[in-house]
Amino acid sequence: MEVLSAFWDGAFGSAFAIWSATLVRATPLLLLGLAVALAFRAGVLNIGAEGQLLLGAIGASTVALTMNALPAVLMIPAMMLAGMLGGAVWAGIAAVLKRHFAVLEVISTIMLNFIALALLGWMVRGPLQEPTGAYPMSSTFVDAAHWPFLIPGQRLHVGFLLGLMAAAILWFVLARTAVGFRVRAIGMGARAAASAGGIDADALSARVFVMSGALAGLAGAAEVGGVTWALYEGLSPGYGYTAIAVALLARLDPRWVVVTAVLFGALEAGGAAMQREAGVPALAVQIVTASLLLGVLALARWQQVRASRVSTESTT
Amino acid sequence: MSASTALSLRAVHKRFGGTVALDGASCDVRAGTVHALLGENGAGKTTLMRIAFGLIQADSGSIFRDDREVHFSSGRAAIAAGLGMVHQHFMLVPAFTVAENAALGGSGPFNPARAAERVREVAARTGLPIDPNARVSDLPIGAQQRAELVRALASDARVLILDEPTAVLTPNESEELYRWMRRFADDGGTVVLITHKLREALAVADDVTVLRRGRTVFTAPRENVSEDALVSAIMGTEEPSMAAPLEAADSTSEVVFALDDVSWRDASGVNRVKRASLIVRRGEILGVLGVEGSGQAELLRLFAGRIAPTSGRVTLPERVGFIPADRLHEAVIPTMTVTENLVLADASRISGVIDWDTREAATAAVIAEYEVRAPGPASAIATLSGGNQQKFVVGRERGVAHTAIVAENPTRGLDMRAAARVMGALRAVAADGAGAAIVCSTDLDEVLSLTNRIVVCYAGQVTEVAPPSDPRDRSAYARALLGATA
Repeated sequence: MEVLSAFWDGAFGSAFAIWSATLVRATPLLLLGLAVALAFRAGVLNIGAEGQLLLGAIGASTVALTMNALPAVLMIPAMMLAGMLGGAVWAGIAAVLKRHFAVLEVISTIMLNFIALALLGWMVRGPLQEPTGAYPMSSTFVDAAHWPFLIPGQRLHVGFLLGLMAAAILWFVLARTAVGFRVRAIGMGARAAASAGGIDADALSARVFVMSGALAGLAGAAEVGGVTWALYEGLSPGYGYTAIAVALLARLDPRWVVVTAVLFGALEAGGAAMQREAGVPALAVQIVTASLLLGVLALARWQQVRASRVSTESTT
Repeated sequence: MSASTALSLRAVHKRFGGTVALDGASCDVRAGTVHALLGENGAGKTTLMRIAFGLIQADSGSIFRDDREVHFSSGRAAIAAGLGMVHQHFMLVPAFTVAENAALGGSGPFNPARAAERVREVAARTGLPIDPNARVSDLPIGAQQRAELVRALASDARVLILDEPTAVLTPNESEELYRWMRRFADDGGTVVLITHKLREALAVADDVTVLRRGRTVFTAPRENVSEDALVSAIMGTEEPSMAAPLEAADSTSEVVFALDDVSWRDASGVNRVKRASLIVRRGEILGVLGVEGSGQAELLRLFAGRIAPTSGRVTLPERVGFIPADRLHEAVIPTMTVTENLVLADASRISGVIDWDTREAATAAVIAEYEVRAPGPASAIATLSGGNQQKFVVGRERGVAHTAIVAENPTRGLDMRAAARVMGALRAVAADGAGAAIVCSTDLDEVLSLTNRIVVCYAGQVTEVAPPSDPRDRSAYARALLGATA
């Protein structure tokens, strides 16, 4: 009971828990979950949101640290763009490898995650290290590079709003527009999309891949601009991997990604509180998370198998 | 001929969800015979035989093997009782060799040499030439089917169930298969042949059973059966009209498709189409014949504008409707709705926001016009039967290009009614000199009844064959198909 109440208090128990813990943690999961969902919808198995997030963080930090004379109205959009560019370039590498050298993106993006981590380690010990050279981290950003909070006295920042907007736009594009239809078509049946629809599936999936990376990069920019105000190695506790669960649990639907991102944000926040207050390892939360995900995937697969069985039998 | 019954199904009932698939179907297969099981799509032929083979369980009814009642809980139990089934879509592991596939499902350690020896022995004994060490993915379709047969026979099958075995075969390969079935039955084996093809069933079968809507409506020995009786048993009272062959088109009418010295080379450097020159005019339906892998698939895709020539010039109308043979991979996206699959044809030409209400209305119109049996525009196209999917594709492609259609095996696997509807739609393309169509089929009858010009592909060469003076004489086509000099 004590454990559960600690968990609840940490996730939803107070205004602070909601606005400063749960939703703050949900912000990167939302943007990354959308990035993964977008790629998966196009049949691109982008497992590299983690690396793309780190590159986005590096990009945004570079702007914040080197162009520190910019006013906030220019600084923050510049950080967003730099973050998206960083993520897009990192995904672009995997997209080029896939299109021109037939390297499976599942492999290349995982590899690129490790390279991104090493790159970040070098950055915070080299070009972007704080002036004293004592710690493997950057200096704290100037005030103009601190992203605005949404509610006075709470830590929820404008990145969450960006995530909600991105979810709305993504849902609309996929469900209602021609380009969204093409993306869904190549994801559900690439050969038919090319043969019956005349879609250049390779080119489109490469573009979606880069877009997905840009969204993940934006999450990195939001973390350094909205939460840490500095670049350091332990920036992401594996948000990019959790985001795959976020996207899959939402069945790749951008509207549901909002819900699952908040759910996972609450699990992270509550798990941390549980460990602090009740001494239960946060690992317990991970076990819950993993069971949840396996259950959902098994259910989805079961429904799919059942549906296909019914349809093949009705045609014989 | 032995009078004993090798396999017997009595009063079998089966429903899937709300659909009644079998409503008391029965079938008695005498040992040492070829038994043809006929019926429209959805009549329940395949379901009945899957029940016989233990792949699905009947809701009620009984199965007898050699006059003893049996219950097969799985395919393995059926195999142990001497049954074998070759499915319409082959169940081979493409990356394995023939011997490895034959050894699948066996027990004990796998010994490659012994497995190969077993295949060689079965192949020699039963007259099915096959290389045990060939990788299945490298084999042409006819050889893959032999591999399926060998696999079944390697498990000592005495009753073979063949589901539409000739759907993927050329006429010559089919002939060969029928001769083999005859020999197998004469040696005491038993064959159940599930088929749509009436004439072939009559040519090879000893007994004929007809299913309609899950019921056995007709069963008799071959010698007591007339073609007319079978047609009315299969179709019920209605009979589709088969129109007479088209008149030759006017040689001065407008050109629709033109190939000028066109070649196409595949990724491995093989010339699949060699210097083809052809002109197809309004009012013409061009038939394309060819043994599997002779270049006809590539020729059709050149005509449809789906591939670009390696050399030469292709002149096409702005849009060409294309009905590919591999419907579920090339024509439709199974998990998308019917409406989405209609929009798919315009996917690369639309922009901005899609007005789904308008699209849905357009889909409903296609569904109505082409008599597609579908719950509605918003249901996934995978829930439609193959014939209804095909009618939808034909309707969609005619909407795309009213006067220029390319079709590849458009009636494969369809029942007579759906096939007649599809052929009628293709015929309408060229009617009154409005447009032109190009149709490739492995069914010579179909090509002859539908087209007014015929070309034959052989090893990438495309040759026009003049119609013989006697319309019933098919030897000219057969010779061209095999590359023999006329």
